[in-house]
Amino acid sequence: MARAELMDFDQALELFEPVIGLEVHVELNTTTKMFSSAPNPANSEFHGAEPNTLVSPVCLGLPGSLPVVNGDAVRKSISLGLALGCSIAPSSRFARKNYFYPDLAKNYQISQYDEPIAFDGELEVEIEGGKTFMIPIERAHMEEDAGKLTHVGGATGRIQGAEYSLVDYNRAGVPLVEIVTRPIFGAEADAPALAKAYVATIRDIALALGISEARMERGNLRCDANVSLRPRGHEKLGTRTETKNVNSFRSIERAVRYEIQRQAAILANGGTITQETRHWHEDTGATSAGRPKSDADDYRYFPEPDLVPVVPSAELIDELRAALPEPPAARRRRLKGEWGFTDLEFQDVANSGLLNEVAETVAAGASPASARKWWTGELTRLANASERDVAELATPAQVAELAALVDAGTLTDRLARQVLEGVVAGEGSPQEIVDARGLAVVSDDGALIAAIDQALASQPDVLAKIRDGKVQAAGAVIGAVMKAMQGKADAARVRELVLERAAAVQ
Amino acid sequence: MSDELIRLSAAELGEKLAAGDVSSVEATRAHLDRIAAVDGAVHAFLHVEGERALETAADLDRRRAAGEALGPLAGVPIAIKDVLVTKGMPSTSGSRILEGWIPPYDATPVTKVREAGLIPLGKTNMDEFAMGSSTEHSAYGPTHNPWDLDRIPGGSGGGSAASVAAFEAPLALGSDTGGSIRQPAHVTGTVGVKPTYGAVSRYGSIALASSLDQIGPVTRTVLDAALLHDVIAGHDPLDSTSLPMAWPSMADAVRRADVSGLRIGVIKELDGAGFQPGVRQRFHEALELLERGGAEIVEVSAPHFEYSIAAYYLILPAEASSNLAKFDSVRFGLRVTPDGAGTVEQVMSATREAGFGPEVKRRIILGTYALSAGYYDAYYGSAQKVRTLVQRDFDAAFAKVDVLASPTAPTTAFKFGEKLADPVSMYLNDIATIPANLAGVPGISVPTGLAPEDGLPVGIQFLAPAREDARLYNVGGALEQLLVAEWGGPLLGRAPDLTAHELSATEEGAL
Repeated sequence: MARAELMDFDQALELFEPVIGLEVHVELNTTTKMFSSAPNPANSEFHGAEPNTLVSPVCLGLPGSLPVVNGDAVRKSISLGLALGCSIAPSSRFARKNYFYPDLAKNYQISQYDEPIAFDGELEVEIEGGKTFMIPIERAHMEEDAGKLTHVGGATGRIQGAEYSLVDYNRAGVPLVEIVTRPIFGAEADAPALAKAYVATIRDIALALGISEARMERGNLRCDANVSLRPRGHEKLGTRTETKNVNSFRSIERAVRYEIQRQAAILANGGTITQETRHWHEDTGATSAGRPKSDADDYRYFPEPDLVPVVPSAELIDELRAALPEPPAARRRRLKGEWGFTDLEFQDVANSGLLNEVAETVAAGASPASARKWWTGELTRLANASERDVAELATPAQVAELAALVDAGTLTDRLARQVLEGVVAGEGSPQEIVDARGLAVVSDDGALIAAIDQALASQPDVLAKIRDGKVQAAGAVIGAVMKAMQGKADAARVRELVLERAAAVQ
Repeated sequence: MSDELIRLSAAELGEKLAAGDVSSVEATRAHLDRIAAVDGAVHAFLHVEGERALETAADLDRRRAAGEALGPLAGVPIAIKDVLVTKGMPSTSGSRILEGWIPPYDATPVTKVREAGLIPLGKTNMDEFAMGSSTEHSAYGPTHNPWDLDRIPGGSGGGSAASVAAFEAPLALGSDTGGSIRQPAHVTGTVGVKPTYGAVSRYGSIALASSLDQIGPVTRTVLDAALLHDVIAGHDPLDSTSLPMAWPSMADAVRRADVSGLRIGVIKELDGAGFQPGVRQRFHEALELLERGGAEIVEVSAPHFEYSIAAYYLILPAEASSNLAKFDSVRFGLRVTPDGAGTVEQVMSATREAGFGPEVKRRIILGTYALSAGYYDAYYGSAQKVRTLVQRDFDAAFAKVDVLASPTAPTTAFKFGEKLADPVSMYLNDIATIPANLAGVPGISVPTGLAPEDGLPVGIQFLAPAREDARLYNVGGALEQLLVAEWGGPLLGRAPDLTAHELSATEEGAL
């Protein structure tokens, strides 16, 4: 694929103002699907099932089948709407969006059209570096996911050139909430970073609410990024493109940046932007033209006659509102203050996605500094080395226990790292590993003094130097003692004792 | 013996079965024999499942012999309109596009009749996807009216009505979107009920127009309809438009039928121009009988009913165009591949071209157009407003009377081909039945006799407020009692002897 001509990003920003709009699909982790009792593959329990095994007459669109709304999906959608600062409609309706496509079993999608369940919200989003933006939310509506097509026989794995296509209806009917922003102005050069931070904030909310697994690589969270440019000083919005298939936080940032540079190059050369869907390609870091899209696409929406309106009680909405977690941006501000971290220290934790781990470790009794140190230090190193998710390596309770053992002097940092390896290997709790491996610091002065006396006796020259006041010479003795104790001694205490004994021994 | 069995009402047969006078196997075999004898001429059935029916009947007889407590219709055979999906049994909805498809599940009303111990005999003919008033739009050839084999049996549920009228089954299930149960009842001298929208689950009914469709009983007596209604009604968690309420016994309403003091409103807009004289004559005679029985007859007006057909023919095609989109060859049913290959769009298109009949295509095109951007408000939107006005007409009328009455349809059974070339005149046949579907209220058609001018059966329709289905059984049961007493026996006793046609049907090559 020929790479489009791109304008330098800074130059593009000088000439044009970027306007972005984001559509995020969140797959809810309910036990069953949006409109049927078939198991929901967006729930971890059913993830990765064989094709077409999580289906019912309803998700296959068999003649005679009827949808029934999943109450749990409605509650989770309301919670998400409230967390986005939206108003919740006292009555909302489903509609049919009609179009023919083989991954759509009924050849219409049950969605919400003119009566979404949540509307008019705003969300505070903090980008890397701490700058915050208010993102206007137009609506959040419920709908069902489509099935998945696999195109076989072509070189590209895409429909063009394929010999045939396979359909997996496991995903058909998975409950989705689509969150649509209003056009976002004023992000300027931060637009790519803001797009990424916005989706990350939605992920944080979804996780805090427990409504979605929110894993982008599994498609639990999907983002379509609309980008348009308008020349500086112009009122009228430019023509937008909608980039789909953006499957990681990093790609969202790259895709928005790419579209700004691509569109700027076209506009600066006197060209026009085609309103279209574009596909993001992770490998080439570029977008390519998809289907032309116009506002005249006619989906023949009409109210879904098989479903009655969704009318949540005021009590239910109040109950869900009372159970909302703290908004992500406010929580970050609070935690940063409570922990007393510098900007850099806090960013270190937040950007590693370890905010929850550190917070829970602090809640389990560790000091913020030691919680940060273990998670962003040794555990991150172990995770990178083993290509595992750092959060899977240890629990906050285990890290807090480890920190407590260090604070109590039972473990040195060096010993603690060995204990952590045991924790990661699943050998048990830090205390159990200390006991099993015999890793505790030797705090029995008697044993230390015996070792020191022996070391001093074998190095009379060193002893003489110490007695002459050359205290730094003690290092050689301390090293020998630590070696004799197999590292299980507190070096500071050993030093104290070495100086004491050097003065005392004859 | 066999002829006696098939002429019993379902209630009578149920009593004989309970008393041990007859076995379900005997009753089932009698009806299968009757089907073998006359269905070549009538063609009420698209599919007969004789062996399975006899097995089910034998099983039921064993359960009865073991002392199991069974309902009043246990062991009674039933015919099922092909619009309802039946596990392991073909379900085509009268269309080529579903030929050979075997559903993996039962519709809820089918589950309920099975649980009540009824014996499904097979599937009955219908206009394709229930679009029509004559069964002439069935992809598998029309059903013939047992009163005159050259005439239509009504539609879309002509198969169910004819099967009951021809004594091939004592009971049948039908579906009524704009009159598909009531109008066939009218032209075949049988009883048909469209319950309140949401009274009977639509789960497993191949949807025509979701906001209008309702499943109901097709029988020879009002009590039989009530007994079957009691079996199939009730809340179904699989249909979110199903009403979450407990229903009174309709059979009790028939048994206690009493019209004294009942206020019956005659809809003046449905009692004049366009209605055949014999239809009106029998209608008014029936009203006089009821008046003598103590009912009060008043005239009421429903000024918006005249717009019902126009609104109906926008709402129905709109919903149908979307409901029928799933017939695309990808997951089930017919698949036509043009010239041995093609893209999925080409295969979908070729399949729908070959699999749908002209009336279905006509309505899909109408509905697609009515929902299109720029036309939605003028067509679908306006139709929904008319719907609201029709509902208000009903509200105003029911503020004055307990039930409403009209002839069920304007004419007696017409001849095959008479209205086929003129869809609008076919549509007008449903003028009296459509308003009930638009408003969701229940309706019943009860035979009132034969029109003097052509000797063909006609019926009266009663309508009641939503959820007041029991009122229909009360007034219908009372009228039936009065009429049968006057006639000295059931109307269907006067129907031609179909066995005389057996030979000619065979000669014709079994239509």
